[in-house]
Amino acid sequence: MSDLKMANAGKEKVRSVPESVKDFENKRSSGSDSSKPEAKVKIALVSCGTEYGGVQPAFEEAAAKVNAEFIYPEIDINSLDTIGKDFGIEASSGDLRLMMARAQAVVRGETIADGVFVTTCFRCAEAAIVRNEVRRYIHQKSNIPVISYSFTEQTDAATLYTRFEALTTVAKRRHLLAREVQHGITAGIDSGSTTTKAVVMKDNKIIGIGWGSTNEVLDSAEKALAQALEMAKIDRKEIQALGTTGYGRYLVGEHYKADLIQEEITTNSKGAVYLANVQKGPATVIDIGGMDNKAISVEDGIPGMFTMGGICAGASGRFFETVAKRLNVDITELGDLAMKGLQENVKMNSYCIVFGTQSLVNSLAKGALPKDVAAAACRSVVEQIYQQQLQEVDVREPVILVGGSSLIKGVPRELSNLLNVKVIVPENSHLIGAVGAALLASGFVEE
Amino acid sequence: MVKVFIYPTNSFILADLVTRAGHEPLVVMNQVREKVTSLSVDSPPLNITPEDPNLGLKYAAIEVPAGVRGRMSLMGPLAEEAEAGIIVEDTPADFGCSGCNRTNELMKYLVRTNVDRSKILEIRYPKNEEQMHDFVYTILEFLKTLSNESEIKKGGGKK
Repeated sequence: MSDLKMANAGKEKVRSVPESVKDFENKRSSGSDSSKPEAKVKIALVSCGTEYGGVQPAFEEAAAKVNAEFIYPEIDINSLDTIGKDFGIEASSGDLRLMMARAQAVVRGETIADGVFVTTCFRCAEAAIVRNEVRRYIHQKSNIPVISYSFTEQTDAATLYTRFEALTTVAKRRHLLAREVQHGITAGIDSGSTTTKAVVMKDNKIIGIGWGSTNEVLDSAEKALAQALEMAKIDRKEIQALGTTGYGRYLVGEHYKADLIQEEITTNSKGAVYLANVQKGPATVIDIGGMDNKAISVEDGIPGMFTMGGICAGASGRFFETVAKRLNVDITELGDLAMKGLQENVKMNSYCIVFGTQSLVNSLAKGALPKDVAAAACRSVVEQIYQQQLQEVDVREPVILVGGSSLIKGVPRELSNLLNVKVIVPENSHLIGAVGAALLASGFVEE
Repeated sequence: MVKVFIYPTNSFILADLVTRAGHEPLVVMNQVREKVTSLSVDSPPLNITPEDPNLGLKYAAIEVPAGVRGRMSLMGPLAEEAEAGIIVEDTPADFGCSGCNRTNELMKYLVRTNVDRSKILEIRYPKNEEQMHDFVYTILEFLKTLSNESEIKKGGGKK
């Protein structure tokens, strides 16, 4: 059982890509009403040998879905004998030396790439060292967007899809991301794994909010949008542009004929810097959602490096729901309870939601106070994010904490203590996706 | 004729020396050729699918990375077939390189375990011309001893 969990660890989450995604991407890649198809985004594949890991078809499929293709930077084979000292890591594996040489070719402009995907086998220590340093090297020495990932043979296209979509957006649609002010009347719907959020914005202000649990995806979206419209006192015909994001973005987007259907890394980082009013300069966005988490390094509101996932639901809102249920408090009261407690009094491990729940049950059985358990749960989640996500992005202040879990007060406190930095939780921090979608959709008002 | 495992497993030079001596080199290129020319090619360039790392479980545990097990599904059978081996250490990349050092470690271990050590030549890659002559001479002499042993065995069989 534990082996199975570990085998899935690099996968983070698996989603099937609905037919509507394929339809939308086909339309997008073919330009729908335009006769000239958009040029493919060139992603340099810098890996330790995905062709041996059995994942190459999944990589190709995910790239094709976002109208991208892999390129393999050419290098002089003799450079493999010297790249270790040249780059700085004397890796014993030839393919890891090849990774360094290929990264160098991209940075030096010998290979022209729109983005770089750095990937190695999950559970290989040497590869993990090289992958991390190669990613950092490309990020620091070039303006080319780069993402990294550790794969298992079970990695499928759906797992990579959102990452590739974000990578290609940053690579090819920067104009979209440059938007800092919302114009006209626009709406955004974030169809998340746990909750569906909707906002209506007018002239750079949020005038309507809708929020409810995600059950049937379209029904939940309709309810959230209706709530937001009611609060805004606006008829839906007045909406000039609509953007959708989140797990159900394609289904909801197709239903409402959305102007923008965008993955959540882009919308959430945009929404976060907008709400925190830090659209210029560096920032780090940490988004703890209902089922996963994201860490995004942002520069001028544009995502640079980002990571998605978490080993298990132990680092997401789902764990807080479990804790709240066991402590017999409402999830909205968990934060206040945590603020009264001391995490040091309880040892908790949320590396896996099962282990975390075991720690929870054991600590209560030993007589631990619920307030200390609540505080320990907050610490446990941020520790996992620190260990799993923040090792892969450069944490640059300000740190903006968003997502539904940011509303649990103990979470920003523990994150601030762990990182020893001030953590900003902007107003409406749970609405970042919907706000980002509404903000970016306003680009279509002017068009 | 003896089946000779060579390391690096894709070294054309070693494969050529073994062939010239009348033996059969066990090279990864043959394994790859078998893969890419088989029907149902659906995972270019090497046609390794997620099933192959599972086949690699024969040689390495589930904790071992997918890339190592995928390589082992290709190369592992070579270690099983081997009757002799030539292992060259400290080679430059253009002499041959199988990419993953964890795979290399495991492959060499399997050969050293499965094959009589007296039938394994372990030699360093030459650093100058003089060493290069010795290198080729040593390999050819080793291959000759394999031929002799092979002949003796054949003769013994006739009796």
